[in-house]
Amino acid sequence: MTEAPPRQLLVSPIKDGTVIDHITAGEALNVLKILGITGTTNERLSIATNVVSRDMRRKDIVKIEDRELMTEEVDRIALIAPRATINIIREYRVVEKKGVEIPSILIGVVRCPNPGCISNTEEPIKSRFEVVEKGLRCYYCDNLITRDIARHII
Amino acid sequence: MYHIISILDFSREQIDDLLEKARRINENRKIERSLEGKQVALLFFEPSTRTRMSFASAVSRLGGTTICVDSVEGSSIIKGETLADTVRVVSGYVDAIVLRHPKEGAARLASEFASVPVINAGDGAGQHPSQTLLDLYTIRQSMPLERINVGLIGDLRYGRTAHSLAQALSHYHVNLFTIAPNGLELPETIQIELQDMGTEICECAEVKDVIRDLDVLYVTRLQRERFPDSATFVNVQQSYRVTPQLLSGVRDHMIVLHPLPRAGEIDPAVDSLPHARYFEQARNGIPVRMAMLTEVMQ
Repeated sequence: MTEAPPRQLLVSPIKDGTVIDHITAGEALNVLKILGITGTTNERLSIATNVVSRDMRRKDIVKIEDRELMTEEVDRIALIAPRATINIIREYRVVEKKGVEIPSILIGVVRCPNPGCISNTEEPIKSRFEVVEKGLRCYYCDNLITRDIARHII
Repeated sequence: MYHIISILDFSREQIDDLLEKARRINENRKIERSLEGKQVALLFFEPSTRTRMSFASAVSRLGGTTICVDSVEGSSIIKGETLADTVRVVSGYVDAIVLRHPKEGAARLASEFASVPVINAGDGAGQHPSQTLLDLYTIRQSMPLERINVGLIGDLRYGRTAHSLAQALSHYHVNLFTIAPNGLELPETIQIELQDMGTEICECAEVKDVIRDLDVLYVTRLQRERFPDSATFVNVQQSYRVTPQLLSGVRDHMIVLHPLPRAGEIDPAVDSLPHARYFEQARNGIPVRMAMLTEVMQ
């Protein structure tokens, strides 16, 4: 008779901060990019990718220590990880758990792929997209992004 | 404040109201002076003949005056000034701004920074709402817009007038027939959008297959730079050319439109046929632009 492999934690718990769970497999780094967290920022991070998940088969997890993410920050994640859940941790306990909702307007998150768009010039504006059923519509040039949204994240 | 930036911002009721206003202006013998004492800036950062002249004429017929910038070279843009700063400054001089600019979305940006109404007179390959409105106006002179068969022929990939017209016509449950050379078909995103709005689109290989079913044939310019070599361009241009022979047997009320300038797409022999409406279409720029100016200045 074969024994089931022992269950073990891949990433240790954090004392305070945010755990983003149920990220679409392979999108963890893009999630960090959307949140503006890069190698040069100060947050202590744990990232697990392609973790086995009962609901999603495979998922990514990101843990950010000593930083509680705001709703408007995490909602932008919904673009690439619509099933992500956000857990706010204090003293090792989950004090708040929420899903992500796609915002109706995205400002300064996605670059318009249309090279002729005024938002890709030196004008004093940020890119702005309306979230529509088929994808994202540029507020300035009406260009519609229907696929591969992560590639256009600033 | 009321700006006119994109035909996509218009509901069917707003389009109908504006076309009706243009019709009344056209039929009204007494001179409307709704721009008396007002000044309009025509900021044209790209070459234009018809649009610039007809806006100038429309302002003048409404009793207003214009100040103009005719090129990037003649403006502070060449010194590195942003469009945002330019429209903020010009807003202090005038009562409205008519803008043509090579970048798509320029008019939308201008409307954010201007303190006076902005009318988009064409932004790059993007929107050109006054052209769309005068196209609709010209069709409506001949027939109701509801449920007609409209053929779009030519460069449907880069031709902004065809895109905007198709988008506006989607309010009227029309059937669209598209006839375009390989690689110059209507962009997929626009097709999806039109189908979502309930427009039936039929892609046709040859115009002669559908010409007898059409109420409107909208011809757009084929540009040499879109083709790999001159021979291919000439071949395609010949096969897409509208001639009196092509139009034989079409519906009596069928009309041929073109935003002009034409470059060989329509045989000059078509000009004398009752179907040819492209010069009337250009003339309609005056009442339509008068209606737009009156609308934003209210």
